[in-house]
Parts: sequence; structure tokens; C-alpha cells
Amino acid sequence: MNAPLLLVEDLSVAIGAARVVDGVSLSIAPGEALALVGESGCGKSLTARAIMRLLPPAARHAGGRVTLDGRELGALDADAMADMRGSALSMIFQEPVASLDPLMPVGRQIVEAVLAHRRTSRGEAAKLALAMLEEVGIPDPVRRMAQYPFELSGGMCQRVMIAIALICRPRLLIADEPTTALDVTIQAQILALIKRLRRETGTAILLITHDMGVVADMADRIGVMYGGRIVEQGEVFALFRRQCHPYTKLLLKSLPSLEGERRTRLSTISGTVPDLHSWPPGCRFNPRCPLAVDRCRTDAPPLAPAADAAHLAACWETARMAELDR
Amino acid sequence: MTAAPLLDVADLRVHYPIRRGLFRRVVGSVKAVDGISFAIRPGETFALVGESGCGKTTTGYAVLGLEKPTAGRVAFAGADFTVATGEERRRLQRDMQIVFQDPYSSLNPKLTVGESIGEPLLVHRVLHGKALAERVAELLSLVGLRPEHATRHPHEFSGGQRQRLVIARALSLRPKLIVCDEPVSALDVSVRSQILNLLMELQRELGVAYLFISHDLSVVRHLSDRVGVMYLGHIVEEAPADRLFAAPAHPYTKALLSAIPLADPVAQRARQPIILQGDLPSPANPPSGCPFRTRCPIAEARCAAEAPALRPIAEGQRVACHFAG
Repeated sequence: MNAPLLLVEDLSVAIGAARVVDGVSLSIAPGEALALVGESGCGKSLTARAIMRLLPPAARHAGGRVTLDGRELGALDADAMADMRGSALSMIFQEPVASLDPLMPVGRQIVEAVLAHRRTSRGEAAKLALAMLEEVGIPDPVRRMAQYPFELSGGMCQRVMIAIALICRPRLLIADEPTTALDVTIQAQILALIKRLRRETGTAILLITHDMGVVADMADRIGVMYGGRIVEQGEVFALFRRQCHPYTKLLLKSLPSLEGERRTRLSTISGTVPDLHSWPPGCRFNPRCPLAVDRCRTDAPPLAPAADAAHLAACWETARMAELDR
Repeated sequence: MTAAPLLDVADLRVHYPIRRGLFRRVVGSVKAVDGISFAIRPGETFALVGESGCGKTTTGYAVLGLEKPTAGRVAFAGADFTVATGEERRRLQRDMQIVFQDPYSSLNPKLTVGESIGEPLLVHRVLHGKALAERVAELLSLVGLRPEHATRHPHEFSGGQRQRLVIARALSLRPKLIVCDEPVSALDVSVRSQILNLLMELQRELGVAYLFISHDLSVVRHLSDRVGVMYLGHIVEEAPADRLFAAPAHPYTKALLSAIPLADPVAQRARQPIILQGDLPSPANPPSGCPFRTRCPIAEARCAAEAPALRPIAEGQRVACHFAG
């Protein structure tokens, strides 16, 4: 096991009195792709933003440590952190059009990203920007350089975002729902692009998504989040073969598939995701869990080895998982 | 198979004029829907799939009379809905309802849910008083909620429950057809299957037909009897659901199916997805000939010159491609 590139230890984020991210720990090795997957409100995006130190005003850091390449990010002053963003770690967002400056040609936005981190001339930076636009598959890049975001499609804007994010060759790319706003044929283009750039540059990826298909396509390892906590974590093939937390298992079972029987009753998870201010005590999934026992309603289970040392689950009743197949 | 169609759409076109200049001269048009035909039988689920801008939602609105067709005919239960007026139009409209994508904006926040669900019955003067209250209670039970929920307001319900309320309201007039416009897209994954099960159960019990509009192909495959694939205002392929997913014939359908990542890393990584080049063309300036030719991996000169007709290639399967079949 290599020394981790990113190490997140016991990270918590609060909105008012609610712990919307509650003691999240994870690590990413150099070049590795980890997917955090979960539904809206599970805390996956806030985890990513807390790592970047880009929390929205309503949310605050409520504990825990984030270390990138041996440097603790929380200990850096604002200038040093700003310098890390874009050079050591970068982020792309769900809404590519809204993430770009609407009043600046896209070429200049890439040039600014270079100049923020490298001592180089504007002319050199422009050459780099042009090469990067070609690398992310934008046709006719010379003309595109001079265009504004509104003149580009959503897919093109996401390519520009990726160009800005990767031009300084960061060690870690955080991709927050990078294809959710895009059509499926455009999603396929962007996912193929991210995979190719990852192969060529060795950038590690923290992928935030709700789409199990995207996870299966992109990730080496997965963390499944529910109610601000990681409830299951493991290597991608192992986790899709066998689930050790009832939430993961029921979620995968409820998805209609592209094979198998049609028009059958789909498996469901009872109830709904509770409001973030009304999480239950104990395991936060317990009101919806068919395996819940008294202990689940009082004590929060720790994330502990389940199937093997690398496959973790936060469940008291993980030994009874087979009951969910009946 | 030979039952008379409930809904018969023939050569439907919805074009929006583009106006420019001081005198707002019409300089062109956005061809949102450009000559599509399909039929839905009683109790059947017909799905329209495609990416944003393909015209699937506009088609749904035109079917309901919420959007005025530029040309073509929408016949419902044998009557031409596009020319119906007054009392006949009102009568036909009672039999067609809609469920929108966003359950948060489809309920009036100031009304109790009982008032929202009962409103269509009042507007169409079907029921009032005690009979109305009883029908509302019955509808709430039908969608898996409790009759006492009638006095609450929408904000007291979760997204999934709100979509149940919207479905209850759509069912209040006992419609023959419900247009479902992305009915689960705004919902959390863990509550989607509840709503999909509900839609299937209601169809079995009440015999209602669905025009199911969605971009989610795995959902469409699970629910639909037949599927129409739309691209740039055209239906490029239509087939029974099992046939479409087992043997897609149009290059766009093939690319669309291969582009959905499977929730199975072994199967997904063994696949060789067809990655289409470029973006969707603008419907204001569509390509000549076949609308898909600018991104099609097998396009030839003929495709630019000649628009392919939607022609049958197998039982129930029609494809608009010169090279299919």
C-alpha cells in the first residue's frame, strides 16, 4: 500500500446544529479513483467542498483533518490554500455553464488559471491553453478560445472546465456530479475523456455521483454515503458482487436494469430520506432498514471490516445480509 | 393488437417562429416536433425517449392541447382533438391528465392536498360535498397515502409523497390517458422504485394508458410496452420495448443504449461504448436529409440528400434509416 495522496480523518461539517457530514474518513492513493455515491442530502458534495475548503456560507467545518501529500490543508492560510487549488487539487462541478465566468472568453479563463500558478508569459500561457483545449477534444480550438461560455454547449463548457482543472497537472481532481446535467451521449464523451486524461496524467480522482452506472464505469473504490456518514466502503468489483450494508444492497436492488424481466414489481426501500435536521439516533438508516434491531436505534455502528479487511461496513447486523435476498 | 387506438397522432408538427428586427419579421422556425406519428392503445404504456431538445415534452403537451400544433392531427377516442371546441373539448380533456417532473412545483402550496386532489372534480362539476370528500379519501388510499392526509398542506410531504398526491389528482376524473413527463427524475433514487411500482399497479387496476416521457432508458425498458426514440423532432425508431432493447436498429438508438453506464463493473468494463462525436444540432437549423447524419458513424452522401422514411423492418418495429434492416 502506497502512502495515500489524500487522507481525510474524521471530517465533520455542520449546518446549524445538524451534522450533515459526520465523521467521514477516507483515503485516496496516487492515481486512484474513489467514488462517493449517495442520494441528495447524504453529504457527499459537502465532503468534497470541505476538502477544497470551499464550504457554502451556511456550513462550517466541525472537526477532522484533511491531508494532501503530507500537508494538512486546514493548517494553511487562505493564500497558501488558494495556491493549492488549481495546482495540487482541482474541482469540476455539476453545472459547467454556471461555473465559468460568463463575461470572459473561455481561452482567457484557461490562461488565467495558468498565470495564477506558473511564472510564465501570457503568450506561453496562451499556447498551453490552446494545447489543453485540443487535449480535451474541443474542435477548432483557436476559434473557441475567443468565444464566451454562452456560445458553447453544456458538453463543451464541461470540457473547458476540465481543461482549466487539469492544466496545472494537479495530483487530485475532485469531480462533483460532472455529467449529471448532461445528456447521456454527451455524458459518454465526458466520461471517456476523464478516463483518458487519468490514464495519461496519473491524476487521482474523487468522483461524487448518485449514479451507480457511472461508479461502475469509473471507480477503483467506492464509499457509499447515507445521512452524512460513509456506511460502506470497498473495492468496486467486490462491492458490486457483495454488499455488506443493507442500504447499498437495497439501493442496487431497486434499480431497474437493462436486462432481466420487465414490468415486474421493483424492490423498494420503505420511507424517504429524512430531513437533515431530523436524523434518528443510532444508525441513521434504521427507520428504513428491514434488519434493524434495538441496538441500531440507540448506538451508531462504526465503519469496520466486514467481508474482508478492505471491505468496510457500518452495520451491526451485517451477518444477516442474506435475509434481504428472501 | 387490433383494438382501436385510444390516441392516434398523425404527422404532428410543432414549430416556433423565430422573429428578428424592428418589425419582428419571421426569419425562420424552431422545428421542435417535425412530423411524428404514433398510436397508443387503451391500457398501454408508450414511451418517448430522447435527449434534451428532441421534442418529447413538446409532443406530450401537444397531445394534451397545451401546445398548439402547427400541423397534423391528434385523435383521442376517435375524435379529432386538434379541431374540437367548447363542450366536446372539455369532455375530451377530462379523459387526459398529466403528471409533471417536479412534484414540488405542481401542487398549490396554499391549498390542502384534499382541495388540490378534489379541484378537477369541482371544476368539471362531477362531485361536490360529501361525495367529493369520499372520492378524495378513496384516491389517497389508492396512491398509498392515508385519507386523513387530506387536510394537510404540500410542504408537510416528502418528494415521493408529493408525486403520489400529483398522481392522485391526475386520477381523480378517471382518465383514460395520463401523460407522465419524467415522473421520477426529480426523486431520490431510493424512492423512485416506489413510484414506478405505483404507476404499474394503477395501470393494472384501472386500465389507464400512459404516454411516458423519459430520458432514463432503464426505467422506460421496465415499464413500457412500446417505445419511440426521438431525435431532433423526429421519431427515428419505434418498437416493442423488449425488441428495442434486444435488437436496436437505428444507429442513434444503438449509441444511446451503449452510452448508458451499466450498474455492474464487470459488464460495463467489457463493453465498447459507441461514442458519438459532436453535439446535437440546433432544431432551428437542422441538417438536410437525415437529422442524425452529422453525428452518425455510418452516414453516407445519400443521408444528406434524402430523409429516410420510418419503415417497418420487423413485427412492430419501424426505423428511419436507409441502412437498417
